[in-house]
Amino acid sequence: MIDFRLDPRSGVAPYLQLAQQVRHALRLGYLQPGDQLPRVKDVVSSLAINPNTVLKAYRELERDGLVEGRPGVGTFVMRGLDGPPPGAQATLQRALERWLRSAFDAGLDADAVRSLFETTFQDRTTEEIA
Amino acid sequence: MAGALEAQSLAKRYRKKWALQDCSFVLPKGRIAALVGPNGAGKTTLLHIAVGLLEPTAGSVHVLGGKPAENEEMLSRVGFVAQDTPLYDNFTGADLISFGYHTNRTWDGEFAQERLAALQIPLDQRASTLSGGQRAQLALALALAKRPELLLLDEPLASLDPLARREFLGTLMESAAEYEITVLLSSHLITDLERVCDYLMILSNGRLQLGGSIEDLVEQHRVLIGPRRTGVKHHAISGVAQVLDESVAGRQETLVVRVDGPIIDPKWEEYEVTLEDIVLAYLGQKDAPAETKKNVRAVAARKAQ
Repeated sequence: MIDFRLDPRSGVAPYLQLAQQVRHALRLGYLQPGDQLPRVKDVVSSLAINPNTVLKAYRELERDGLVEGRPGVGTFVMRGLDGPPPGAQATLQRALERWLRSAFDAGLDADAVRSLFETTFQDRTTEEIA
Repeated sequence: MAGALEAQSLAKRYRKKWALQDCSFVLPKGRIAALVGPNGAGKTTLLHIAVGLLEPTAGSVHVLGGKPAENEEMLSRVGFVAQDTPLYDNFTGADLISFGYHTNRTWDGEFAQERLAALQIPLDQRASTLSGGQRAQLALALALAKRPELLLLDEPLASLDPLARREFLGTLMESAAEYEITVLLSSHLITDLERVCDYLMILSNGRLQLGGSIEDLVEQHRVLIGPRRTGVKHHAISGVAQVLDESVAGRQETLVVRVDGPIIDPKWEEYEVTLEDIVLAYLGQKDAPAETKKNVRAVAARKAQ
């Protein structure tokens, strides 16, 4: 079981935040196949949110084949998600640190780095979707 | 789908003043709706007509397919929590639950007891000695014990602190999820309701300015930022159906608009609206009272000169 939380300032739709938190828990192994997701009435009671927000998040996860709703029983995890292979994250982080140093050496400040990352990231992800 | 609450050209006049005018809407079943507007907009009048406490001057209203409070059955299907959650002060929680048992056709006293136990509200204490948050929870538990299909709440959050608000809305949402209740709650604050509501009705100066599913409304509105429009000031922007609010800062102009197509003009940067943007823009419309956003801004601008 996991606990959900909502960040009102993130700008991400609440149902997407919930779905992302489930995916995150699947990647880290906090949730495993066969586990039950929190019941809709428990989530809405603890977060004080509209029931449809939770239903929408669970429907999206169901569409992706990650969970399955069983009427009258609850929603259960069908399969896990692979996280990054061990060591990969550390290697990537070191590469990113090297890149950051070169960016600062080239005279970029923190804001310039952020906006450069944002635009490149957005270009890349749109390309990959297209 | 039939509406849980429908109004047709509804109007109410107190002596010479119209509290409600030409009010037509259909609130679909299963929605959790916010009725938003400044104080004196007619929210309480509308709710009182819906539960049969007031007769409309003109027009008609239908509740769950019938007339408000037309018979005992209808009374049992609609729950109402009035402003400031009035309770019999000398009654304890247990008294009120047993009172409800004797005065209602359908009554789930066990539900109310469990609810209050879960919230650690003592059943043997007089209502007058409970805190504001506890009184509100007690009133809500009693309204829910009726097992209503439609629940109307008038400014339920106004006197509650942030923690009590959250607990109150948590209880309300849990019951809405479990028993599929249609909920209409009025408030003059939208930020509290953003997470719980999926339907919005904006009332100002006795008129309904806007009504619809929040998902659709957010889809239909945008914030546009671009160069200040000069000369042909109201030259139409392609894709914009209506400009609801405009504010100028130097060479830049910010608009809140209703769209009817894509915004093609690259001059305008497009941003998603928040619920608050929509509410403020509609409360600033022509029928709104004097203290609204746009006028305040105009006054501020004059003072600055």
